Amino acid sequence: MGSHKITSRTPGVFYHRPSPDADPYVTEGAAVSEGDTVGLVEVMKTFHEVKADAAGTVSAFLVENEDEVTIGQDLVELET
Amino acid sequence: MSLSSVLVANRGEIALRVVRACRELGIRAVAVYSDADASAAHVRMADDAVHLGKSAASKSYLNADAVLEAAKSAGVDAIHPGYGFLSERPAFAAAVEEAGLVFVGPPSSVIATMGDKAAARALARSADVPVVPGSDEVSSVDEAVAAADEVGYPVLVKASAGGGGRGIRPAATADELREVVVEAQREAASAFGSDAVYVERALQGPKHVEVQVLADTHGTVVHCFERECSLQRRRQKILEEAPAPGLSPEMRSALCDAAVRLSQEVGYVGAGTVEFLVEGEEFFFIEMNTRIQVEHPITEWVTGLDLVAEQLRIAGGAPLSVAQDDIVCRGASIEFRVNAEDPDQDFLPSPGAVEGLELPGGPGVRVDTALMAGDVVPPFYDSLVAKLSVWAPTREDALARGRRALAEYRVDGLPTTIGLHRRLLDEPAVVDGSYDITTLETWLAGRSP
Repeated sequence: MGSHKITSRTPGVFYHRPSPDADPYVTEGAAVSEGDTVGLVEVMKTFHEVKADAAGTVSAFLVENEDEVTIGQDLVELET
Repeated sequence: MSLSSVLVANRGEIALRVVRACRELGIRAVAVYSDADASAAHVRMADDAVHLGKSAASKSYLNADAVLEAAKSAGVDAIHPGYGFLSERPAFAAAVEEAGLVFVGPPSSVIATMGDKAAARALARSADVPVVPGSDEVSSVDEAVAAADEVGYPVLVKASAGGGGRGIRPAATADELREVVVEAQREAASAFGSDAVYVERALQGPKHVEVQVLADTHGTVVHCFERECSLQRRRQKILEEAPAPGLSPEMRSALCDAAVRLSQEVGYVGAGTVEFLVEGEEFFFIEMNTRIQVEHPITEWVTGLDLVAEQLRIAGGAPLSVAQDDIVCRGASIEFRVNAEDPDQDFLPSPGAVEGLELPGGPGVRVDTALMAGDVVPPFYDSLVAKLSVWAPTREDALARGRRALAEYRVDGLPTTIGLHRRLLDEPAVVDGSYDITTLETWLAGRSP
């Protein structure tokens, strides 16, 4: 068992869910495949999906919903 | 009563623009700022500044309660919303009014009316201003064909519950229409939960032309001529010019008259912009922007007016400083929007640090920006970081001046749209002014590697 961190490709604001009223993309303990969307980063009024770049189980969110993030910042930890 | 102090509820170049107008009028200007903007130019140049909250727009410039609180703590008598953020939210304008403050803009009820597509269309009809011909909802193929005969081919079949370009199908003839109506109804039912569709005339590459108006609280409305804004990508303007090239004198006066009629009909107050689509000998109202417009400098260049100062005077209850007959359009002006975006990567936003900056200057050149060398463009807000505008006695000279100024403009550290503008000024359709609302996207698609 290893661990893998999904990072942000752009600075901005991180969201757990596609819209304020929607369910989160993933929750802790969920299994994800490579390419699954695990969050959203808003940069300059445009939205970019954060994709899992490995398969695994979500072990922790490293940022809160609506947290400000920087480029390369760790967002989600996976157990691989 | 003239205003003595104003809260500038915005950031970036437009906040700085309003701060400057306040200072020239002897009005105390109070800036607001988020965490990311603590040392921004609009804060440094204001008389006072109030912190709103965290960097995200929803926690700062879009937080109406925080802005109202800032206005109360700063003891201002008015709030200028700039453009974007809270500027066209009727609930915010109403809250400002209820707090006993002056909202620099029209009454909240006018913002509400013009922000409602159906209400604005109805208002235009009652002011005898043409709208894009369209039908009521149709429930059968025969009804659709009858409706299309009235509005004229080619048509678009649109889902009543649709939006953002979804659920739209074109038809050039009645035979085509008979086929697509059925498809459109089926698609609308599955996508939007309602099979209601309507028929609207399909325009074939119209021009986007808008008219600047000013209205005071004494019932006087004037126009300040038009702006040509057809160069757009995903409905975002990138370059604007005044006057609109190729517009006949008859069309110009018809547009300006229609804008004034509409503004009178709705009881408009302040600076506003009435947007039209122009195709051939016809024009159609699309919407009114109830605030100062990004591209207002080109109107200031050709008329000599200070539109933001007019807004502040109007808000203080003064009559317009000019009569319609005194407003003349002289020469030609072009604005180039400098966005922190990479045109070579599908306009990916490019926030980051500005390592070096050289601004153009010389005769007939104006740069509206809050961005200074060493600043960081934050990722939280709009990508517009500067507006370069030029003026010259003729359009040809204005194009030459634009090329010269763009060649001088240098931003190091992040990609911008400056290079795109340099290339656009060599495009034949831009040089001869024949471009329409399809030109930029067609050109960008053909340019892609």
